[in-house]
This record gives sequence, C-alpha cells and structure tokens, in this order.
Amino acid sequence: MPLQSSDITRIAALARLRLAPDESTRMLGQLNGFFDLVETMRAVDTAGVEPLAHPVAAIGDIALRLRDDVASEPDARDANQRSAPAVERGLFLVPKVIE
Amino acid sequence: MTDSANTFEAQQQGRPTGPLVRGYEVVIGFETHAQLSTASKIFSRASTAFGAEPNTQACAVDMALPGTLPVMNRGAVERAIRLGLALGSTIAPRSVFARKNYFYPDLPKGYQISQFEIPVVQGGSVSFLVGEEPRTVRLVRAHLEEDAGKSLHEDFVGQSGIDLNRAGTPLLEIVTEPDMRSTAEAVAYARELHKLVTWIGICDGNMQEGSFRCDANVSVRRPGEKLGTRREIKNLNSFRFMQQAIDYEIRWQIEELEDGRAIQQATVLFDPDTGETRAMRTKEDAADYRYFPDPDLPPLVIASDWIERVRGEMPELPRAMAERYVQSHGLSTYDATQLTQSVALARYFDAAVDAGAAPKPASNWITGEIARRLNAQDIGIEQAPVSAAQLARLIGRIADGTISNNAARQLFDELWKQGGQAAPDAVDALIERLGLKQMSDSGALEAIVDEVLAKNEKNIAEYRSGKDKAFNALVGQVMKASQGKANPAQVNALLKTRLDG
Amino acid sequence: MSDLQKTSELHSMGVAGLAAALAAREVSAVEAARHFLARIHAGEALGAFVAVDDEATLAQARAADARIAAGDAPALAGVPIAHKDIFVTTDFPTTAGSRMLAGYRSPFDATVVRRLAEAGTVTLGKLSCDEFAMGSANENVAVPAAGQDRAVPVRNPWDRDRIPGGSSGGSAAAVAARLAPAATGTDTGGSIRQPASFCGITGIKPTYGRASRYGMVAFASSLDQAGPMARSAEDCALLLSAMCGPDPDRDSTSLDRPAEDFSRTLGDSLDGLRIGVPAEFLGDGVAPGVRAAVDAALAEYERLGAKRVAVTLPRTELSIPVYYILAAAEASSNLSRFDGVKFGHRAAQYKDLADMYARTREEGFGDEVKRRIMIGTYVLSHGYYDAYYLQAQKVRRLIADDFQQAFAQCDVIAGPVAPTVAWKLGEHGDDPVADYLADIFTLPASLAGLPGLSVPVGTGEHGMPVGLQLIGNYFGEARLLNAAHRFQQATDWHTRAPQGI
Repeated sequence: MPLQSSDITRIAALARLRLAPDESTRMLGQLNGFFDLVETMRAVDTAGVEPLAHPVAAIGDIALRLRDDVASEPDARDANQRSAPAVERGLFLVPKVIE
Repeated sequence: MTDSANTFEAQQQGRPTGPLVRGYEVVIGFETHAQLSTASKIFSRASTAFGAEPNTQACAVDMALPGTLPVMNRGAVERAIRLGLALGSTIAPRSVFARKNYFYPDLPKGYQISQFEIPVVQGGSVSFLVGEEPRTVRLVRAHLEEDAGKSLHEDFVGQSGIDLNRAGTPLLEIVTEPDMRSTAEAVAYARELHKLVTWIGICDGNMQEGSFRCDANVSVRRPGEKLGTRREIKNLNSFRFMQQAIDYEIRWQIEELEDGRAIQQATVLFDPDTGETRAMRTKEDAADYRYFPDPDLPPLVIASDWIERVRGEMPELPRAMAERYVQSHGLSTYDATQLTQSVALARYFDAAVDAGAAPKPASNWITGEIARRLNAQDIGIEQAPVSAAQLARLIGRIADGTISNNAARQLFDELWKQGGQAAPDAVDALIERLGLKQMSDSGALEAIVDEVLAKNEKNIAEYRSGKDKAFNALVGQVMKASQGKANPAQVNALLKTRLDG
Repeated sequence: MSDLQKTSELHSMGVAGLAAALAAREVSAVEAARHFLARIHAGEALGAFVAVDDEATLAQARAADARIAAGDAPALAGVPIAHKDIFVTTDFPTTAGSRMLAGYRSPFDATVVRRLAEAGTVTLGKLSCDEFAMGSANENVAVPAAGQDRAVPVRNPWDRDRIPGGSSGGSAAAVAARLAPAATGTDTGGSIRQPASFCGITGIKPTYGRASRYGMVAFASSLDQAGPMARSAEDCALLLSAMCGPDPDRDSTSLDRPAEDFSRTLGDSLDGLRIGVPAEFLGDGVAPGVRAAVDAALAEYERLGAKRVAVTLPRTELSIPVYYILAAAEASSNLSRFDGVKFGHRAAQYKDLADMYARTREEGFGDEVKRRIMIGTYVLSHGYYDAYYLQAQKVRRLIADDFQQAFAQCDVIAGPVAPTVAWKLGEHGDDPVADYLADIFTLPASLAGLPGLSVPVGTGEHGMPVGLQLIGNYFGEARLLNAAHRFQQATDWHTRAPQGI
C-alpha cells in the first residue's frame, strides 16, 4: 500500500524532522520506490517462524550478561560536557520545557 | 487472592463494591514507579546517590554520548525478583527489554529502555486493610526500566536546565488492575505497597526525593454502566497529595458529567497550591512510542535456582509477621498490622518482648503513646529516645505493682525527655528520683482509707443510696491523700470491703 | 638499506613488514609516521581523510619509540594505521561524516581503538565515511575533507572519477593509495567488503559480536561490526586478532568467545576445502568482467586443492528489503539522541523547544540519513510494526537458516562482492534504491551475523578491481583468512597499486 503525503507528515513529526515541501514530495516518491521492493518480503509465509533479533541467537541461546552493582564511574562532567551546545552551572540549557 | 466484594469481577457482576460518590461509582488503577536502592544505575556504573551537583553522576552512557551502550545491573534484577516473590507474582524466566521512543530533553537517548511485551514480573497482588476492611488489589505486571533526568525551570528565564544525574536510575514500574473503588482504598494500597518495597529493602521509600511516585488512573460511572473514560494523574509523591488529587478529580469528573460534558482522556498534573488537577496533554497528542526489542540487550534470563536463592534470603513479610503476632501473642489483627508497618517497628516490639515485656501492653504502648510521639515529632522508631529494653522494664514495673498506670505515664514522659536510649536501669533510677513508687504497705493504706472514710460521711451515704459517683470521689480522695502512690486496684478493693462488708 | 630505498619502500610495506622493521629498529615510529603523514598531505585530493593532526600522531609515535627502546613494546608497536571516523577517539575529533557532529570531541576511545593502541599502533588520522555509515559510495559526506574547505565525496585511487565504495570508502581509498598501511572500517551491510572490492584491497567483517561495538557511533545495532582493511590477508589477521575479544564491561552484545590468534593457521593447506558457490550469486545481474574475474579466482582455488560445490541461498534477493527495513528501524532510534541538547550541532536560531529539535535535525542530517530515519520510523510505527519490522525479523531467521543448510555441504561460500565494479561519481543520481540493489551479495551474511571477507582477484570493466567474497560459518574467520592468504601466495592481485601510486 503506497504512502500518502499525510504519512510523510506524521512520520516526520514523530522523528522530529522538518521537511521543506519539495523535500517532502521527493521523500514520498523515494520511500514509495523503496516500499515497492518490500512487497516481495511481505508476501513470504513466515507462520511459526521466530523473529531473529540478535543474529547470534541463530547459533544458540544467548542471555543478557549482568554486572555487579558497583558505582565506579567518577565525576567526568567537564570532559563529558566538552561538546555541549549550551551549559550553565553544570546544567544543559534548552528552551523552556512546558508541561 | 480473596474473592472479596471489591474485585473487578464482583463489580462486573453487580455486587456492591465501594462507596458511591453522588451516585457515581469510582474506578481507580495505579502505576507506581519505585526507584531501586542499587548503588549504581541500571545500565551504567554511575552512582545513584541523591543530591549530587548537576551532571556529576551522569557518565557517558547516561548522557547518551555517541558509541555508548547499556550493560545491565544485577542488583536491579535481584530487586525485581524480590518484589515478585513478595507479591506472589510470576517471575518470567525470560524477559525482553524494549525501546520506548519519544523526544524530551531529560531523555538523553531519545528513547527509554523499558520492557514492553514480556516484563520480568507478571501478576501478583497486594492485600491490605482499609480501616478494618480487608482488600486485595491485583497486579498486572511490574517491569524494569530506566528513570529520566530532571528539568529545572526556576533559575533560568525562558529556558530550562537539564540535570541527567537521575537518568538511568533503575525503576520498577508496578501496574495494577483498576480494582480500587475509593480514594481511601487507593491511598491504603499505595501505603501498603510503599511499606512492602521498603520492608524488602528494594526501595528507600523517600517520597520527597522521588523514590516512590504514583500515577492514578481515575474514572467514574453510574453503577451498571460501562467503564468511564479515565484521566491519569501523574507523579503523586505524597499520600496527602494522592488523597487530595483523587478526591478533586472524582468531584471534577462528576461535575463535568452532570453538566452534560463527556470526559476526554487526558494526563493531568496535581497542583498542591490550588488543590486542583489540570490536564497536561489530550488524547490527540498520544505518542506513538514505536516499541521494539532493544538490539543492544539480549533477553534477560532468570533461572529458577536464582529465584530460590532470593526466596531463601527474603525477610518474613509484614502480613506473615502480623499473622504470627496474632497467633503467638494473641494480639488483634489491627494491632498486629500496626506493629508491622515497618521492619524497625516490628523489631522494636520483638526486642521489648524479648526483654520480658508482655506482648499486649508492649503493643499498646508502641501503637499508642510511642506512635503518637513519633508522629508529632516526625521521627522514626529508630530515633525514639526510649529503648525497647527500657519500655520492657517500665511495663514490668507496672505489672509487678511498683508503679501505677498513672505514674507510668509520668515516668514515660520523663524517660522520653531524658532521651539517649539509656539502659533499663535508668527506669528504676527515675522511679526512685521521682518518687513514683506505689504504696506497697497495706497497713499504711488502710490507715489512709479509714481517715478518708471518717471525713466523708456524706459520700458514704450517697454511695449507699446508689450513687456510684460517690465511690469514685472516695477513691479520688484516697489517691490524693496518698499523693498518688496508692495502688488504685488496692484502694478499690479496700473501700469496697469497708463499705460493703 | 639506503634511506631512499627505505622511505620509498615504507608505504609498500604492509603491517607485518612494518612491524618487523620497527621491532628490528630499522626504522623508527616517528620516521614511519612522518612518511605517511607526508603522503597524506600530498594526497588530499582523494578526500580520504577528514581529520589529520601531525602533532597528535607524532606524540603517539614518540611514545611507541620509547617503548621499543625500553624493550617492552607490544607486537605492532609503531605501526601507523588510520581509523574510520565512525570510531570515537580522544586524540582526534569524531564526526561520523555528519554535520551533526562537526567539532565533536569524545571523552573516551572506542574499545577497538583502545585495543589497537594497546597493541602498539599509531593513529594517522580519521577517515572519511558515508554519514553515519549509511551509504555504498562514500558520496554522502557532510564534513570537509582534511586540507579542503568543503565536504567532498571520496575518490577511488584507481580512477578518480569513480567512487571507492562505502561506507568505509575513506578507509579503502587510503589503503589503496598507500596513505596508510591499514585502516579500520565498519561493516553493517557490506561497508568493509564492498569498498575493499572496489579499491582492490583486502577487508574482513568478523562474526557479529566478535569485536566490541563500544565507541562505534551506532547505525544498526544488530548488524554493525568493526573490521580491518589492509593489503593482505596476513595484515588483516594481525589486526583482527588485536581488535576482537569479549568486552563484557561495555558491550552487552559482545560475545564471550575468547580472543583468537587468526594468524596461526594462515598457511594451512586448502586441500579439500569445499567452496560453496550459490547459483543466486552468479546470475544475470553480475557484470561480465566481474563474473570473469570471479570464475578465474574459483579456478585458482581449485588448483590450490579446493573443491567447488553448488549450493543455494534462495532468499538472497529478499535480503535487500529485510536489511533496509531492520537497519533503518534501528538507525531511526539510534539517531534520536542527536537532538541538540547534550552534544553536537544545535541550530543557531529557534523559537521554542520543538523548533530547536526540528531545525537542529534538519540542518544536521543529510538526505540519505533523513530517508532512513523516515523509513525506520514508519516501519516501527503503530499499525505497521507487524507487517514490516516483525516480518523482516522473521525472514531474517529464514535467511540465517538458509546459510546453515548451505554450510552442511561446504566450508566457505564464495561469490562476487558486488554485481559491478565501482561506478562513476554521481552515477546513481537521486535514486537511493539503485545503491540498495547493489548490496545484494553482502547483505545476506550481515543479516545472519556471519563473517565475510573480500579478497582482490582481478580487474573487470574499465580496469577496475574486482573482489571475491568469502563467507564463513560463525567464528570461521581464521579459515577465511587462510583461504585468502593462500590465494595471495599464489597470485599477486593484492600487490598491484593504482597508477601513479
């Protein structure tokens, strides 16, 4: 089912992307071109097939590794904030958040 | 789970459930976020200690710097297991972490790592008393997730300051079925859950610091009608606010309906200054979170031997302990429940009994006089100036007749003021110093009784003509004459013998 | 060895040769570094490097020389290499090819970078790549190349009007042009193998989970893998051995499989090696020149003792939609952290928070990145998840199963890396799907998490290099490198240099 421009608007909003009108149009065409490819995939019968989220689950059962509960990271605020766009008194500044 | 009148099924079958408000039935469900008492964050090794300078406890992983990845904290998983065991839930042998995608400045990755389709804890229930009525609330699930950072608005004009120290703190989100039918029940549930998570040591329960935050889903309807549209009151972090907010919301919803307006699904915030709830966002803005399993985290596997190990290390739970108090000490359910409000309180009681106090008086003193003082001074039992051993000694001195009940109250007052939780001998020393010993010499007491009777012929006459009040007046006279040192029971007995015999 | 001989041979020496010369103190690390830095500056027109810092490199070289002098130098001490700008480094900025990270300085090094440094390597600089590793031509570049003031596509040293391949195009071009003896790359859907093929060098992507992803700017979490690119299998083996190994403290998807010495079995005989050639890899879509080179290579393998076996990978074509759906979905989420709040680009002007997000991401991301974010967001969105994302994960499993069936009959799978040789700059124009289709042979192994290698086996159309792809079963890197090494002992395609180099 082809995408409509309303889809582009909705998706761009969800992704916090602002597309200029001609960009939106181009995007619609390109995405529909891509989703044509996808139709063959949708037609595959996958009844009873387990999704493969982690490729190595194909080898065997992998389980989440757990680490000990130890706080060992030192205060590295200066280094971590070195590339911050706006910082004051250690806080990241952003336009006011309205709830 | 008991099949009480207050279950959802009961409601569905038309059985009476909670008190109606202006003819409307109230339906409440809770989502509680309990911060876990781990030393480090759920996915990073930064500290979770409260109160640090902004962003000094946000490491590269917490700040979502490019190239960072999550690594799971075993302590958070263990606390989830403990909660599941305490609530009689199923602990999933395999659960999956999922990304909940949305944009917000205090959410550094632009997604929260949470659990969606397969949470670590499933089902379970919480039982508690509303007044004297037993109630049970069913849980849907509890899952592990990470907390977001904080936005600070006060100091900046037109801007907010983001502190990511809290980002990555482990949370258990505990979700109930909409089983509650009144504000009182909802608050009682929250109190019981709060007690449980602190009792089993998974959460410090400090609501002012945000360790235990409740969202209340509230709807109303006329009995027999289908479920009303609910609104969600977010981030209630005190029991008092919970009660005010839910009460207000119920009244507001009823007034809207009475005025002919429909309730729109919304998320609302409670304003403690105005006592009102106000909508944050409406259903139209409901986010599409695009949940998908986090590819950075393989599934969490919990083997049954781990669960059994945790089970073996669990403390006796409050209701089991209360039941034990009822059985072995003969306390009432109510009193036993009061004593098992916290581990510390129960331990205090146990220590008093171990030091020789009879259970019933110990329970009365603790749930009465001591509880009153702790509340008034806003301190916990750990800070009580009177030790359990001292209390036991005091109770013992009443029991062996050394002091009267009246004198005991005066004595306790002094002990509390003195403070320092000194040794039990301090009790006896104080009895001496204050001269509180009851008169034990029956001869001297008889003399006093005779003296009083001699002076109070009018009262004697009134008593003999049926006025019981006169008897009390005589008792009072004897007590006064003995400067309060007479044993009231003895005085009663003596007077009766003299007057009736 | 005369000085002139020495320096003119330095850039013909591979990693193994340089390591030996450095250890024997025939050349110093500083001399080697200077030599390559001079070539890098002279070769700026290729656009391969995006960050060069002579002083930073020489400081590392001096430290290496000190260790060599002290006699406690690791195996690769002083060997100069360059890193794809997807790996975060503390000594050099990291941009991932994006305006979004212009000027970004990481406070930590990627694990792979750290391990190579611990093995003794010296960093020559950061290499251009497609933005966030999304691309097959290294044309999606948004940051200026070193020594230039604009962003430029990287050029193929064999024909400067052609692309080097992508996304590790800068790595491939630098190695082919002898600006560095080796480079790191990353491979998500073929981004090591394809540029290696297009530039006539050797490159290997290990089994998923073998090399830590900590410090790799994330594109598609369940597909990204780091790997070396050099001019021989022997060199790749040395570097891969240093790069691979568990990273349990930092990367939860890093496997527990211990580090391995991949050089140990390089010289093993190929007698009886079963080479599976899928019919789907040699269809009509393969250019005749490519086909001829691949056929000749397979004949050579038979002369070396290998046996050719016909196998089938029936879902090869499906790997294109499956890959692009899964990679885009994961990328759309991984790139949400780029919001202008904590690091990286922030728009200069904005009226509120929503505006800041929108402008920042609009300005910071290039077209291909936006496209993939859009695709990824769409396939995860409400109502589409099952039909697209979940379905893709299921077909992914079928593709992995197909490989296991094939490996029941063969030891390695062989075929072209790409259907054509490198195309001209700008040739695929505004049609992203044309690029996607060209990935058809590399995507399947990526989806299954299998190790894959590209070894130069001849030239095809326009005299451009052709690579043979060898795919191994899980953990089969040593065998792949052995097969490539024996081929390189019998042939000299891998020693050929582009004209003028």
